[in-house]
Amino acid sequence: MNWTSFDTWIVVVGALCAVACALPGCFLVLRKMSMMGDAISHAVLPGLAIAFLITGTRASVPMFFGAAIAGVLTALFTQWIARFGNVDRGAAMGIVFTTLFAIGLIMIRQAADHVDLDPGCVLYGALEMTPLDTVGQTGIPRAAIVNGGALLANLLIILVLFKEFRLGAFDGALADTLGFSSQFLHYLLMTMVAVTTVAAFESVGSIIVIAMLIVPPATALLLTRKLPAMLIIASITAAASALIGHVGALIVPGWFGMDATTTSGMIALAAGILFTLAWLFSPTEGIVVKKLRSRELADPVFEESLAGK
Amino acid sequence: MPELAEIIEVVLLQNYNTRLVVLSTTLLGVAAGLIGSFLLLRKRSLMGDALSHATLPGVAIAFAIMVTLGGTGKSLPGLLLGATISGVAGLFTMLLIRNTTRLRDDVAMGFVLSVFFGIGVASLQMVQSLPGASAAGLESFIYGKTASMVQSDFLLIAVVAGIASLVSILFLKEFLLLCFDDAYAAAQGWPTFFLDVLLLGLVTAVTVIGLQAVGLILIIAFLITPATAARFWTQRLLPMMLLSAAIGGVSGWLGASISALTPNLPAGAVIVLVAASLFLLSMLFAPPRGVIPRLFRQYRLRRKVDRQHFLRAAYEILEEEQGQGDVSNTPFPRPALQSKRSWSVRELRSILKIAKREDHLEPAGPGMLRLSESGFGEAARVTRNHRLWETYLIYYADIAPSHVDRDADLVEHILGPELVHELEEFLEKESVTTPVPPSPHPVS
Repeated sequence: MNWTSFDTWIVVVGALCAVACALPGCFLVLRKMSMMGDAISHAVLPGLAIAFLITGTRASVPMFFGAAIAGVLTALFTQWIARFGNVDRGAAMGIVFTTLFAIGLIMIRQAADHVDLDPGCVLYGALEMTPLDTVGQTGIPRAAIVNGGALLANLLIILVLFKEFRLGAFDGALADTLGFSSQFLHYLLMTMVAVTTVAAFESVGSIIVIAMLIVPPATALLLTRKLPAMLIIASITAAASALIGHVGALIVPGWFGMDATTTSGMIALAAGILFTLAWLFSPTEGIVVKKLRSRELADPVFEESLAGK
Repeated sequence: MPELAEIIEVVLLQNYNTRLVVLSTTLLGVAAGLIGSFLLLRKRSLMGDALSHATLPGVAIAFAIMVTLGGTGKSLPGLLLGATISGVAGLFTMLLIRNTTRLRDDVAMGFVLSVFFGIGVASLQMVQSLPGASAAGLESFIYGKTASMVQSDFLLIAVVAGIASLVSILFLKEFLLLCFDDAYAAAQGWPTFFLDVLLLGLVTAVTVIGLQAVGLILIIAFLITPATAARFWTQRLLPMMLLSAAIGGVSGWLGASISALTPNLPAGAVIVLVAASLFLLSMLFAPPRGVIPRLFRQYRLRRKVDRQHFLRAAYEILEEEQGQGDVSNTPFPRPALQSKRSWSVRELRSILKIAKREDHLEPAGPGMLRLSESGFGEAARVTRNHRLWETYLIYYADIAPSHVDRDADLVEHILGPELVHELEEFLEKESVTTPVPPSPHPVS
């Protein structure tokens, strides 16, 4: 393996993006809306297409706004269908994002003659290429700044509104009666998810986004029952996944005699492995610990029944 | 615009090229519609989403194995087998997470979706570099290749869709129980875990055949949208399933036909949009549960309640003026009505307007109101129902006289004639025989 500053930047960008996703992801998981990340990441396609058709360029800023608006609309439509139609929220989400994605696909196909917008590119991203696109003379990749900005914004919002978010995540009705609109918190969270998703998209692809919104928070949830600890553990897990994922992308294919593979996919896999470790060995919820505990409990019960008590 | 003859040719399946595509998407829509109904009721609509992503590593690995064994690696049965195996692996991971941790379904689905898809993307990339293999085209598993469908694809879809539909009809009773009360099903001795696996196995089967034919997004939409649309039309499972299958079939048929007639319209996307339009129509207009009929019913009920409140208030004003018992229809001042209930000026104005339109009010002097003949009769009837119900609540439901007015208000507006008759019989013993009994509590 040949580690260069290139690799360091890939890990840094991946980690920034992963942590930026993991923070709002904790609240998504607690609010039982884990699939929202997947929905939003598909549903931004028409936003990207419209922004492109209007401005005619692939400039980042209009694309960013188009996608963010589409993301928030997904949350809004899902909420409306679920509430007014009395439909299960998962189903509402599925209908909204498939429809938006289909609209986006048709728009792109109709404009295909003069559009260079590949849906595959949106889905996979190219984390490996990010260090090439630097800002000015600094040598810092643009993706690091974009994702770092998203991370900073999410961190600030969560720190400032920490107790409101906590209340909203665990008891929306109580939040409402105490005067914090849980609706407002919901849409703020959705906006955060949409903006983070879009920020991450262009540079690293949607797989990392979907995985990092769900898997590190789920891992943290297996290790703690406290919200601050959950946020911290999720962030650490996310950053660690980025590092392990990139190292894995360089090493693992060699075992099969193949070239390096995509880092995004391997980051998702690394997060999955960390989750599995927590699932097995978590000191409070792990399968192994539970087995041991039930055996410890079973022995005295067995002895007592032998002794005829 | 395509010519009419051309449209007819495509829609009626006379054109061989489009016949396969249209028939395949229709069959797929029917099968997915049937199975989607169970998923919706089990609140697992997004399962198709997760499972369809979970098939990707299987495709890549099957491809790698077939290439290693010598060959192009593009054999469809081999790829489908790989997709099925990894879909089932994803399914078991999901059930395992759900059953051994306190994480919920949505997390389990999201986990399988993202991690499996990540593995799939990573292994596809690795496979690309295999010597002597071209993995190009494997991505049609994600986006579908509807237009280039051949007869063997169609046969595969027909067989799998047929089997899936048959199984879901055969296990209708078991799935019904599983969807509505899985705890009861387990207590009755039904193998709920096996049933869950069977149901999700059907989902996997439909997903896998659908994936390579029409693409990921369409198969997700097929599993969710028709069932949700059908849910607006009925409260019973079997009609819902049949309707859902019909909506799925029609979406597939119409969508594929439109796509065949118009250049540059991907079939999958058009089918999704047709299904979404049917969903939107159902959500807005379906009489039993649609949004607009429901709003209309709420409006009608509110008007009925307002009218009854107005009539009773008028009757009670007359009663106060003339003493309880023998009440005759005389004019009364409008402000008295205003102070009777907490109506705003505007509400009262619209209530009076409606009352005039329904011939419950007669012209009286300025600032005065007078009930018409029919209005007075109706007022006496409404007041009588209210008091019968109040008396019943006081005697038989032990509600304090000071609270009974509010409680009676919750139900009296929907008392039917039979119920009133029953109340009369009940209260005969309590010697409530006067045309309008006195109020059991002080009227203010």
